[in-house]
Amino acid sequence: MPPVDIDAPVIANARLSREYSVLSLAAPEVGRHTRPGQFVMVKPVGVTDPLLRRPFSVFEVLRNGAGDVTGVSILNKRAGRSTNKLYELEPGDLVSCLGPLGVPFSAVDPPTEGWMVAGGVGLAPFATLAESLAAARTPATLFYGARTAGELFYLDFFEKLGVKLVLSTEDGGRGVKGRVTAPLEAALKALAAETPTKAAGAMVYACGPEPMLEAVAKLAARYNQPSQVSVERVMGCGLGGCYSCVVPVKHGDEHANLVRSCISGPVFDGAELVWE
Amino acid sequence: MTPDLSVTLGSLTLPNPLIAASGCFGYGVEYEQVVDLSSLGAVVSKGLFMKERQGHAPPRIVETPAGMINAIGLQGIGVHRFVKEKLPLLRQAGARTFVNVCGTTLDEYVEVSKVLSDAEGVAAIELNISCPNIKEGGIQFGCSLNGTYDVVHAVKQATHLPVIPKLTPNVTDVASFARAAEDAGADAVSLVNTFLAMAIDVETRRPKISNVMGGLSGPAIRPIAVRMVWECYQLVKIPIIGMGGITDARDAIEFMIAGATAVQIGTQNFVDPFVWSKVLDGMKDYLTRHNIAKLSEIVGTFDPTPPKPVHA
Repeated sequence: MPPVDIDAPVIANARLSREYSVLSLAAPEVGRHTRPGQFVMVKPVGVTDPLLRRPFSVFEVLRNGAGDVTGVSILNKRAGRSTNKLYELEPGDLVSCLGPLGVPFSAVDPPTEGWMVAGGVGLAPFATLAESLAAARTPATLFYGARTAGELFYLDFFEKLGVKLVLSTEDGGRGVKGRVTAPLEAALKALAAETPTKAAGAMVYACGPEPMLEAVAKLAARYNQPSQVSVERVMGCGLGGCYSCVVPVKHGDEHANLVRSCISGPVFDGAELVWE
Repeated sequence: MTPDLSVTLGSLTLPNPLIAASGCFGYGVEYEQVVDLSSLGAVVSKGLFMKERQGHAPPRIVETPAGMINAIGLQGIGVHRFVKEKLPLLRQAGARTFVNVCGTTLDEYVEVSKVLSDAEGVAAIELNISCPNIKEGGIQFGCSLNGTYDVVHAVKQATHLPVIPKLTPNVTDVASFARAAEDAGADAVSLVNTFLAMAIDVETRRPKISNVMGGLSGPAIRPIAVRMVWECYQLVKIPIIGMGGITDARDAIEFMIAGATAVQIGTQNFVDPFVWSKVLDGMKDYLTRHNIAKLSEIVGTFDPTPPKPVHA
């Protein structure tokens, strides 16, 4: 299914905090074809400064009471001019929404569990992944780290899907104090003790700041578990045209190649990414 | 009556003047899922050397007012892989393919051009003598009148394909470079490549892209590019392919009135990959409104009579 571009009306822009909002867009054609981990390129219609769109993981695929797909939402965190403009949008405003784009997460096969590791706004791709894990009856855990308890969002959403939550905050306000990689490592260690063979027990999915992704991919490898990480790079077009968003990737013994994270990613095998 | 949008660049006739600019359209095949490649006048590939290149470290782009600076560093698969892997797909899609040819030496330009001459499905060679982002080659030819003449002349001797040097705006008088290209036998010239630029993060006092400097593109450069096309149009007889910040039909028509026979769109394709049909529709609308049967009639029709005073 090729991506489509829709001038999508804003359905709602729920401010979760002074920094975060969930922007819901009436883009059913995008939502219907989105698979977990895919992204959209968005910018408000009519805005020419900034010029380029911004990439966002699809956060939720929105449905009405009858179960029909009505659009998508994105999890927006204010970080600059574009995200500030998106934060300020009101219902009825129009947003150019191109998608769905990119390589989605792949299913948990053969591992028997899905472990999602989210850092801050890196929660974004896991709402749809959690739904798909739940639909496949795959036991799922969300390791979710944020700066403070007030920045841990959508916990009810994941709990309703039966996802086990392991929380951490930098200030210790909720869950484990410190980084999310600490409880992840403890869980990996316990898993390794249970399954001393090399057979994979959990697929580790990660999205968040790049140092976190590196740490998660390396931890997963150390405990012989497969991982898939969703990277975020400065992206110009989202379609493979500009070669801005490259990341170094290494297959087996080949030398590393810079590949476009928009069309070869954003989801990569954690073992194949080369960390700089 | 449907207006005739076709244009002629030397021996080439294109169904319309819209060309996807090099470095802004991948190898063309990436865009097949959103654009019918045969509906474009032509597609220009990413710049190609003999061998593969990794390009510069990211970050490679930064946005600036009404534009962006890029220093991709000509990451590319090399001409042989292009011919083997991409060209058949472009042929299949019905694209008219221009290949952007790079070189670190004059010999390399000639060698790459020869490989393309022997391949099936190349419509023209665009000579990249203007990339601002690599130290070796390219710009050293494009910033010297003799260098421009020599590389165009050498490639013309080596190929039967139309040769279109792409000129840099980072010179004092771009028209004299268009003249040098014409004297050397160029079939057309395309202009402009990007403007050498830089942006600084004032918090860290470090560059915003890893290569420090890069090429500025987008609407910010359009008025300068229009001026340069007009200057070249007055000095050379070969067709001009104009580009620089085109976002819609009005922008494209502005370049054509200034003297461009065809136009390229680059940065706007990042913003809106569906730009092509919108520009074509806008052009048809313009021709209908002005009762013009053939788009090429507007080329170079700029009237320098001063405008009437405007009262606010």
